[in-house]
Parts: sequence; C-alpha cells; structure tokens
Amino acid sequence: MRGATQVRWAACAVAVALAATACGGGDGDGGGSSGADGIVSSSWGDPQNPLEPANTNEVQGGKVLDMVFRGLIRYDPKTGEAQNMVAESIESTDSQNFTIKLKDGWTFSNGEKVTAKSFVDAWNYGAALKNNQKNAYFFQYIEGYDKVHPESGSASAETLSGLKVVDDLTFTTKLTQKFSLWPDTLGYSAFVPLPKAFYDDHDAWLSKPVGNGPYTIESYAKGSSMNLRKWDDYPGDDKAKNGGVDLKVFTDNNTAYTDLTSGNLDLVDDVPASQLRNVETDLGDRYINTPAGIIQTLSFPFYDKEWDTDDARKVRQGLSMAINRPQITDQIFQKTRTPASDWTSPVLGEDGGFKEGLCGKECTYDKAAAKKLIDEGGGIPGGQLKISYNADTGSHKEWVDAVCNSINNVMGNNKACVGGPVGTFADFRAQVSTQKLTSSWRAGWQMDYPLIQNFLQPLYYTNAPSNDGKWSNQEFDDLVDKANAESDRAKAVTTFQDAEKILVEEMPAIPLWYQNGSAGYSDRVDNVALNPFSVPVYEEITVK
Amino acid sequence: MGRYVIRRLLQMIPVFFGTTLLIFLMVNVMGDPIAGLCGDRQCDPATAAQLRSEFGLDKPVWQQYLTYMGNVFTGDFGTAFNGQKVTELMATAFPITIRLTIVAIVFEVVIGISLGVVTGLRRGRPVDTTVLILTLVVIAVPTFVTGLLLQLLLGVKWGIIKPSVSADPAFDELLVPGLVLASVSLAYVTRLTRTSIAENARADYVRTAVAKGLPRRRVVVRHLLRNSLIPVVTFIGTDVGALMGGAIVTERIFNIHGVGYQLYQGILRQNSQTVVGFVTILVLVFLAANLIVDLLYAVLDPRIRYA
Amino acid sequence: MPEPQSSDGAISPAGAGGAMDLAMEEGASLEKNPAGPDGTGPAGKPRSLWSDAWRDLRSNPVFIISALVILFLVIISIWPSLIASGDPLQANLDDAQKGSEPGHPFGFDPQGRDVYTRVVYGTRTSVTVGVCATLGVAILGSVFGGLAGFFGGWWDSILSRLTDVFFGIPVVLGGLVFLSVVTSSTVWPVVGFIVLLGWPQIARIARGSVITAKQNDYVQAARALGASNSRMMLRHITPNAIAPVIVVATIALGTYISLEATLSFLGVGLKDPAVSWGIDISAAANYIRNAPHMLLWPAGALAITVLAFIMLGDAVRDALDPKLR
Repeated sequence: MRGATQVRWAACAVAVALAATACGGGDGDGGGSSGADGIVSSSWGDPQNPLEPANTNEVQGGKVLDMVFRGLIRYDPKTGEAQNMVAESIESTDSQNFTIKLKDGWTFSNGEKVTAKSFVDAWNYGAALKNNQKNAYFFQYIEGYDKVHPESGSASAETLSGLKVVDDLTFTTKLTQKFSLWPDTLGYSAFVPLPKAFYDDHDAWLSKPVGNGPYTIESYAKGSSMNLRKWDDYPGDDKAKNGGVDLKVFTDNNTAYTDLTSGNLDLVDDVPASQLRNVETDLGDRYINTPAGIIQTLSFPFYDKEWDTDDARKVRQGLSMAINRPQITDQIFQKTRTPASDWTSPVLGEDGGFKEGLCGKECTYDKAAAKKLIDEGGGIPGGQLKISYNADTGSHKEWVDAVCNSINNVMGNNKACVGGPVGTFADFRAQVSTQKLTSSWRAGWQMDYPLIQNFLQPLYYTNAPSNDGKWSNQEFDDLVDKANAESDRAKAVTTFQDAEKILVEEMPAIPLWYQNGSAGYSDRVDNVALNPFSVPVYEEITVK
Repeated sequence: MGRYVIRRLLQMIPVFFGTTLLIFLMVNVMGDPIAGLCGDRQCDPATAAQLRSEFGLDKPVWQQYLTYMGNVFTGDFGTAFNGQKVTELMATAFPITIRLTIVAIVFEVVIGISLGVVTGLRRGRPVDTTVLILTLVVIAVPTFVTGLLLQLLLGVKWGIIKPSVSADPAFDELLVPGLVLASVSLAYVTRLTRTSIAENARADYVRTAVAKGLPRRRVVVRHLLRNSLIPVVTFIGTDVGALMGGAIVTERIFNIHGVGYQLYQGILRQNSQTVVGFVTILVLVFLAANLIVDLLYAVLDPRIRYA
Repeated sequence: MPEPQSSDGAISPAGAGGAMDLAMEEGASLEKNPAGPDGTGPAGKPRSLWSDAWRDLRSNPVFIISALVILFLVIISIWPSLIASGDPLQANLDDAQKGSEPGHPFGFDPQGRDVYTRVVYGTRTSVTVGVCATLGVAILGSVFGGLAGFFGGWWDSILSRLTDVFFGIPVVLGGLVFLSVVTSSTVWPVVGFIVLLGWPQIARIARGSVITAKQNDYVQAARALGASNSRMMLRHITPNAIAPVIVVATIALGTYISLEATLSFLGVGLKDPAVSWGIDISAAANYIRNAPHMLLWPAGALAITVLAFIMLGDAVRDALDPKLR
C-alpha cells in the first residue's frame, strides 16, 4: 500500500510537470493514478465464512470470488444468460450424462495450468463431508454424492463416483437424475477450479487466495480491507479495465455512503434505505437501481394444522390481496423494490421464465375482496398474524410494520397483524428451520443461478432444503420433475410456469416484491453496473 | 497500601472465573449459532453436525467451558466463525478502542469539569441555564443523530475531517468520534461537578480560605475542586467500561473496528469464543479502573486510608 | 437548626491533622443535640432533617414547577385521550414523513401515523419505564453501594466484585438472553432488565460518596458516641451522600427512556404494537436529513421530562443540604 502511494505521488509529480492534471481528490484510501491503471475503492463487508469457493454463501465473499475466479460458465453481467467461460463445450445426449471440454490456455495466476483435474478435485473437495463446505449441496445432483456426504454417519467414499477425468481438458459427469438445465447452474462460485496450492498449504491459500480470474489478491487484512490488482496475463476476454480494486470493510453502509459523498470512496454497492430520499441530490445520475435476482416473500407453517387447511388457503390469498405492495415499495423502499406478481424474478427475462402478472388478482391490492376472503376462511388462524423477522440485520422492521398496517387497515383492527422481531439472524433461522414458528415469517431468496428452477424447486418441492414451511403438493412436484427431464429449454420453462400456477391457487408463500440492487459511485469512475446478483461488475469499471 | 493493592489484585481471580462462566453460559443460552451460517436457507444436517463438532458445540456446556478455559491459559482464545483468531481480533480492536476511550475521557475531564466548575459557581445565571439546555439536548437526541450530524457537517459539508477513520486511526482522527462518544457522559460529569462545587462552595474551609486572602483561583482549584472531585472520579471510573465496550453506535458511524463493534458482531453471530474473550479482557480493565479510582480517593481526600 | 448545621460548623480546612480536636468539638455539639428540647420526644419530631426538607421544598418555586410538570405527565399517562383524540396505531402510508398540516400539528412518521397522537400516547410507556427503572436502580444501587462503602472490608470486597461482574455483561448480550425468553407484553420485563444492568453504576457512586461522608468528623464523633449503624446511616451519612446519586439518577432517567428504544431496536424490547418516545426517536433518527420533525417532538417530550426531574432532583438536594440554606 505504501509502495503504491509513493508510486502514485511520483506519477503525479511527473504529470504535474507535464500538464496541470488534477491529482488532488485522490486522497481516498484507494485513490490510484487515473486511466487504465486507476484503482477503484469500493465498500465491502466482512465475509462471514472463510473464502473457500464452496464455503461462501453470501454476497460479500461472493464479490471477491467473482473477481478472482472464473468457472466453466459465466452469467452475462447484463442479461444473466449462461455463457461458456473456461468451458469449450458442455454436451449431453440424455440430460443426465454430460461431457465437459475445457478451452486450452487457461492458467491460475501462479502459472499452474487449469485442467480437468483442477475442476474434479475442487468439486470433490466441496462435496466431501469432512471439509465442512456449506455449499456442498450444490453437488447433490452428481452421482455418488450420498456416499461422500451422507445425511448421517461418516462418508463411505472420498470422491464423487459421477466425476471422471478423461484427459487434461475433458471430464465427464453423471447425474443421479435427468436435469437438462444443469449446465446453466455451473456459473455458481462453488463450481470454480482450484489450484494445487489450495490443498498443499491451505492456511496460506486462505490468507491470500489464488485463482484464475481477472484480478489477483495483492494483500488481505482480515476484517478491514483487501487490495486486488489487475492480472496482466489474464487469459480471458473480460480483462479488467482498471488497475485494481481496493475493498474496504465498513461497519455500516451509511458510513460507506457518507464516505462516497465526501469523495473518499468510489463505489458503494448498497445504498442505505435512509439515504434513498436524498440520493438524487447527493449523487445525481451516479446512482443505479437495477433488478437483482432476489425475491421477498411471507412464508407460512404448513406443519401447523391450522394453516394447512382449505380455509387457511383462502386466508392466505386474502392476506396477499390485503398488502398494498406499490404503496410500500414507493414509500418505504423508494422504488428499490418492485411489487411482485409471480414467484421468480425479472432478471430471468421472459425466456427464462419470468412472467409478470402470473399471480394475477391474488397478488393485487383489493381491500374489499381481501377482507371477504379472510372472513370466508374463518379469519386469521390464531386470531392474529405475527410476522417474524430478524432484528439484527437488513432493517426488516419498517416494511414488516408497513405490511401489518396495510393488513390492519383492511381488517379494521389495529392488532390483526403485528411484527415479531427475533434478536439474531442465527436464532431466527434456528426457529424457522426447527419448525418453532406458528405464524408467518419473512423469507428472502437470492438466486444461485438465473434459472426458474432455482426459484421454485428448492423452496416449494416436498422436503426441499429451503422448504421451511414444509408445504407439499404432489401435482407441483410432478410438474417440477417433468420440467427437469425436459430436454427442450423452452418446454422446460413453460412446464415450470405450469407448476408456478399451482402456487397461485395454494399460496404457500405470499410474494411481496423483487429486490433491486442499488449502488452509487463517485465522479472518478465510469461504466459502473450491477450484475443480476447485485454485485458490481468490477472489471468493466473505468477510472477517469 | 501495598497490601491493599495486592489484595485487590488477588480478587481479580474469582471475578475472572465468575465472569467468563457467566458470559459463556449466556452466549450458550442464546441457542444454536450454526443455523445462521447458511444464509436464508437450511444448513444440510450432515454439514451442520460436522460444524458443531468442529466448534465443540456438540459437547455438554461444562465440558465446552473447561476446554475453552484450558485453551485460554495457553493463550488460545479460539477462532471466530470466519476463521480469524480471536487474539488477532483483539490485537487490532483493543489499541483503537483504548485510544478512542482516552480521547473521550480527556474530553470528559477537560470540558466536563470546566463546565461543572463554571456552572457550579454561577448557579442560576445564564451560563448555568445554557449548559442545562445543552445537557437536555445531549440526553434527548440519540448519539446516533449527533454523530451523524457532526459527520455530515464536518466531514461532507465543510471537509474538515474525513467521515470515516482509517484502519488504524491515530489520536487526531479520533477527536470527533471521541467527542460524540463522550457527549452523554459529559452531561453526567458536568452536573456532578456542578453539584459538588455548589455544595462545597459554602463549606467553611472554603470560607476560611477566602478569608485568609488566598487568590480565588487557588481557592477554587486547590480547596474547592479537589474536595469536589470524588463523585466525578467515581463516575468516570464506571464510565470506562461503557466507553470501551459500549461504543457500538459511535464505532459504526465512524467506521471504527473497535471492541464495541467486534463484541456486537460476536454477540449477533452468537460466537461464544469472541464474546467471552472480549468481555474477559473488558472486565479486567474495569477491575483495574476501579482500583485506580479507589486509590485516587485517598489522594483526593487524605482522610481516607487503605490498610 | 439541629445537628447538620452544627456539624457544618465543625468542618474547617481539610486535613487529617486537625481531625482529632475538631471531632471533639463536634462531639460536644452532638451531645447537646439529643438532649435538647427539640431533638427528642414526640413533640420534637417535626423538626427532624426530613421534615425540614419538606417544609423547604413546599416553598421552593423550582420544586412547584417541576412537580406540576410531572403531575401533568402522570395525568397524560393515565388518560392520554384527554388531549389526543386519534389512534396512535392508525397508519396511512401515503402520509409517510409528511410535515405539519391542519389536524396533524406535528406531522407524520415513516409509517404515516400521527406524530402528535403518538407522542401523547407514548408518555405512559416512556414515563413508566424511566421513572420505575430509575427508582429501582437508585434504591438497589444506593443500598448495595451504601453498605459496601459504610462497612468496608469484606462487605466491600464482595459487593464491589459483584458489581464488577455485572458491569461486564454487555447490554446487547444481556438483552438478547434475558428479554428474548419473555412473553409478557407489559413494560415490566424491560424495567427489570434496566434495573438489573443499571444498579452497579449507582452503587459505585453511592459507595464513593459514603466513603467520603464516613470520614466527616461528625460521623466519626457519632460513632465514638456509640450511635447505632442504622442511625448513623440514615441521619448522618445519607443526607451528605445523596447528592451525587440524585444527579446521576435524574440524568439516567433520560437515558433509560432511550435505552428502552435500543432494546426494541434489538427486537427484545416492548412487544409490538408498542408506542413510546424511545421507539419513535430511534425510528426518526434514520430520517434526520429528510424529516427532522419526526425526531423533534418525541425528543422534545423526553427533554421536558428529564428537565422536570433534574429540577426536582436539584430542589430535593438543596432541601437536604443544610449548607445551602
């Protein structure tokens, strides 16, 4: 860092001598020289888990992996479409056995070649129970997963039997079931290749991860900052257009925002809700607000008999119609959320399965009809709707209160719905996953890959890992199975939408709104955009 | 005196064990932290079980406590969930927080006591009323707002300070955060000093001193102030803990990665290793602060003696 | 004036050296007192320190004003509908953050609820939490701190180390542990929690004051004359040691009202739908740049309450302090 600063001053001195180029304002921590070597300083949060690809399940760690790694597939930052990256081709004749060929010429930044083995070993590592990787379930469709990662007891195999290295640049994968869209899931960071150094000296690798992406990590101070620099020999075609990125951990996104407005920071990728009303005055057009693959819903406890009845179904539909979504997204979220009218996300696009208005009148505010439905269903089970949420992160209180007020106004009763804060996220999740809650709770789903399957199967399929409410519907399950086996992409998508229509009838979760990614940037930088995962597309950013 | 200090130091041992046990139990009561590690989805049961055994959470609480204490005595305070050593966290957090606390206490002492003396000597005058109103403002407006406004005005509008401090801030960077942190305590110190001064100003030894013809300044500083400081010193002693461990709001506003912030994170993530480690050190600091306060009593009031 | 004044007369330039003969003088005056016609017997009772203080208070305008303000707050707490006709929970999101308008003099909060109605209805919760928690903290703290300071030795060691352990419990952790198991929707768990974590501070202050007061010559003299412990504590030490406790307690009252909001923010405070100044202040804090009026009114109400209690505390303290007469 100090070295870099000195270089910068030297560069400035030269520049000043040549022309009166402004070197001021580069006062910020990340301020670098301008142009292609300019350094972008950006806000960051402390990753919750060690930075292993198959162990990172939140956006802050994901940000880094996105800069340091490239996998077989990459989702187009604009459209979210899956495109081959390291993969030359991924082919299958039966939607179950896949042959993966790699492009030649990819290396890790330490010079090691990226081979089929780099992938197979990494996947085996991620799947193995003994390595405690939280994203291990991403490998569940590969044959042999139940051996290396049994539900209980110890593993009976070390490696996935479905993975075979054919030669340096080819490997094959056998799945346990037909899954035509499986290749599209491979853009997730859990599927990236890993160099030998990862296994040889694990601690050293963790303190300074080495990958095959457009950036290399220059220094990493846990809990405070990470400096990434452009990797000049990066073989891909999405080379970084800036000199590097300095990530700075902030204790609070409000502070990051203030730092941005005072010119000490270039990029904040999460504008705090309390600043949204003045963001236009502060930043003008340097504020972006684009859809991200996140949907917020209200879930219900179907393990509780009171909620698993036909009457309760009517009540849920009524509740959905009692929520004035546009009003809340305008007033509380300042349009950084879009009222939801289906159970997916606009980032999928029409072709990918998003269908605006699929939910129809059941997701449209209608005071009279809402009250009628709820009354027909015998009123809210338990007499009061209590929406549980975690109070520690995410400022959920405001919108939960607003949703409750909306329902209360419809019911003409100021205590028909109340918020139920839970102190910590861990406790909240523990209560949700051990079926302790007896009324509604907030649920947020951020997609792992831009597929309609990812918005439906993990959440509503019988006993699926994130089906916390334990909702079960045979017809829905059958349609999902059918869609997965469908080799034609368009047909698969329409079958998934057929399954989604069952959700309208049954309302296992009330869709609230699609979350947007919001970001603000300084006048030092340009070409800032967020990808469908609400992560900034760092390599495209240019420094003026 | 020497024996007294040694006795007090020995008393730290039971307090140390009592606190660690209490905090350990409290974090345990909060429940299973693993569910929070998997984001908005359920951890798969096998991985969760594996993680529990790695962090030792599958063992009975007493066994966890003994293992933990055993490690502490070899200098190992455990690891946070993100794989960072707790000792490493402490090594970065404590120096910053100690600096911040010193700044805050200097403000309390300098501003608080001066205002207290002035208002105590001029009870009911305009200056007294002004300070009273300021006190009310400080109490009624949350620190969060005062901090934010100062940050906005000084940092963004006028550009006098940087809105956020650097990773290893020096004293001058901590002036504004220190003032914000000290603001509520300033109200206490001012009022306490004011009351003591007003009470003692009519004491006979002060009248005598004035009658003897001593200069006013000397009377105030040597006779009046010295005898009025005991409650103030006591308060500042109790405040050290609040300043060090409870600076969550200030630390968040100014991006200070100090003890308050780390402790808060540890609690929210229900990481007993971080929390117990930090709290243990904090309690030792309180003990030391209290000992110093007690020794200061004897300095301020020579009638007080320790055997 | 009875004994406190005579004791006052006994104190002269501080110093350990003079303590002995001064104590003699003190003893002499004290000796006179119990024997005197106005010090003993049922007829003399009204001339005690406490009744003197009460007489003093009744004629003190500061006391009268603060008492009236507090009376007003109590009445509003019991019958908020006297001065506010609306419903503090009635929300219309379209009005969110709007400023003052006819019928809604204080404007609206982020959920579109009327700020004026909420301030009025919040009085009950906030004043109850503030006053009860302060009383609890002051009593518990004074007793523990007083005993530690008065007896010293092992009493002091045990009580003081106990306060150290309580000091060590972070508010956030304590709140999450103790309050998350509570299902009661009243304010009492919150009050109890604040007392539980608040008493160590008053205890320290009280202990320090008692240690100083104990050194006063008249106390030493009373002890030499064989006064009982309880008599010494009530008649000699309390009036001289209570000032710092009153000062800290009156300011703490305001911070406890805010602390209730912190607990609500952590999700462990009052159960929804609760109305209190603290909750509204912390909700408004986020909007300080765009809608400062939301902060102004509840914070103003809090400030007036604290002012009333500070004034009351000042008056009581003055009444108890013979030197200021």
